[in-house]
Amino acid sequence: MHLLIQAIILGVLTGGLYALMTSGLTLTFGTMRIINMAQGVFVVCGAYIAYTLFTYFTIDPFLSILISTPLMFAIGVTLQRFLLRPIRYDAHRLSLLMTWAMAIGIEGILSFVFGTDFRGIVTSYQNTSLTLFGYQFPLVRVLAFVLSLVVLVGMYLVLSRTKFGRAVRAVSQRESAAKLLGVNTDRTAALAFGVGAATAGAAGAMFGLVGSFDPASHYDLIGRLLAICVLGGLGSNAGAITGAVVLALSESLVQAELSPEWSSLPFYILLVVVLIVRPQGLFGVRSRGAI
Amino acid sequence: MRRVLAPHQGLLAGVTVITVLALFPFTGAESWIVNIGIFTLMYAALGSAWNLIGGYTGYISLGSVAFFGLGAYALALTFQHIGVGNGLLPFLLVPVIGIVVGVISLPLGFIAFRTRGLPFIIVTISLVIILQYLALNLTAITGGAPGLQVPLAPFPPGTYEMYFYWAMLVVFALTLLACAYVRRSRLGLMMFAVREDEDKARGLGVATSVPKFAAFAGSAAFSAMAGAVWAYYLSTVYPQFAFDGEFLAMGIILVAYLGGIGTLWGPFVGALILTPAQQYFAYSLGANQFYLVAYAAVFVLVMLFLPRGVVTTIADKTLRRRRRRISAAEDSERQADAVGDVATVG
Repeated sequence: MHLLIQAIILGVLTGGLYALMTSGLTLTFGTMRIINMAQGVFVVCGAYIAYTLFTYFTIDPFLSILISTPLMFAIGVTLQRFLLRPIRYDAHRLSLLMTWAMAIGIEGILSFVFGTDFRGIVTSYQNTSLTLFGYQFPLVRVLAFVLSLVVLVGMYLVLSRTKFGRAVRAVSQRESAAKLLGVNTDRTAALAFGVGAATAGAAGAMFGLVGSFDPASHYDLIGRLLAICVLGGLGSNAGAITGAVVLALSESLVQAELSPEWSSLPFYILLVVVLIVRPQGLFGVRSRGAI
Repeated sequence: MRRVLAPHQGLLAGVTVITVLALFPFTGAESWIVNIGIFTLMYAALGSAWNLIGGYTGYISLGSVAFFGLGAYALALTFQHIGVGNGLLPFLLVPVIGIVVGVISLPLGFIAFRTRGLPFIIVTISLVIILQYLALNLTAITGGAPGLQVPLAPFPPGTYEMYFYWAMLVVFALTLLACAYVRRSRLGLMMFAVREDEDKARGLGVATSVPKFAAFAGSAAFSAMAGAVWAYYLSTVYPQFAFDGEFLAMGIILVAYLGGIGTLWGPFVGALILTPAQQYFAYSLGANQFYLVAYAAVFVLVMLFLPRGVVTTIADKTLRRRRRRISAAEDSERQADAVGDVATVG
């Protein structure tokens, strides 16, 4: 029982981080109707930025978010401007390939700069744990969870309270109508892509803290993030958060109770079941015609 | 459907191309060139098979690789448990594997077809990831990460590649033939109807499940055949390369896009350009980071400058020129008539 609750605690803490990574994916899908296959590599990029700042400038990973987030935002906006916006023919599908090309290209650049060895950000508080009612709360994961919540709440506030947020929601409802009403859709899409990359940058710093990573880590990561999106319902924030927690929770439970090799299997089975029973995902809206 | 070639011209062109390709190893090409030829034909076959689902029905599937891998594992497992002789005999197994994997793909298709559009793409990626995961972990069957060994074929060293080249050529020719047939059939018309507007097609009485499942299973069968030949050629199968979601899955689609999706010859043209380039990058830059960057750059260039594909662009130009010539001829005819009229009046 103790082990079970401990696994649940770890699962929920990790789920928060996954939710943060997925939120960027949801945002770009909402505004541009594209699947950003580079989201995983953006996270890995964020991890390497945090790693560099920590190793060479001894800046704490949690502080380095203040640098990595604007940096990733700039990278995201630039990539959107020069690689995604020029696509005019069959934009939804080609963007998928284009973001994948970004992912491979960035992976190549990262392995050129940092090599292909596994890296990790080893801080002095790496192995510190808080103990509450006899349960372990690893400090790094707790902080990552809290920070993820803060960023998620911040994103929610931006989307629901600001002019930019209103533009994003308008574009995601109907781009042509938003354009008619004077929303600069190109600018909104670029900013949304940038914000998506920025959240990945923030998530990346914590991703680097909780585990080791190499440039190819993004492949495994994007697979998980996409699976989370489908489970929760593409484009739904609540779905992304639920999917993320379900994924992390099931992995952590199976890992603790059964076997580490099969830790991902229950999630995949659940994914298949959800697709059969409710193809739009847990929180998705059923839409007719091509999505 | 716009076609540049009339049916008999198309058949003639197909037979000519396949014959030329079949004769290619006799030119005394060195084995590393034949090796590139095998991979080019593999991509051409996989791209054409992908075209059935992605190009004709418009369902962008990243699942081709899943069936490619299943075909590869099927061959290795048959070798291990049943034994199919040696030499040329195992090639007879390839079509059987194609049919078996085609049947296996139907229930998987049922799950994937619960979605459409972008979610369909994600579900098919998940399929590849799940199969790779199973191949890694079902160690009792698949041998885990090191994979399975297939006995080396007893072909003489000088001509070793040629047999696999011809086998791959047969797989490609079969795929192409199936595509050509489908394009002219009622089934193909149903597929194109699904691509243009599935809901309207259903409203007009098209049983949309038929073309969707036919395309999915057909695509799976031909991908599996390519996978089986590939496994026999490399004489080893392991999860990372059999279910390669990173390069192969995207490479297949890139080949189709580069050539022109939905066209008959597009994937072949795409493979002819891309695969040698890719192999060249791999040899000259090594399988290192520059290879990744170069590969990504090719991707980006195709997407930005040739998104409609080589074949589509050329076909459009030809058709436009032909139309212009016809209308020019009509114009001059009309002018001649007008002159005649004037002459009569005068």
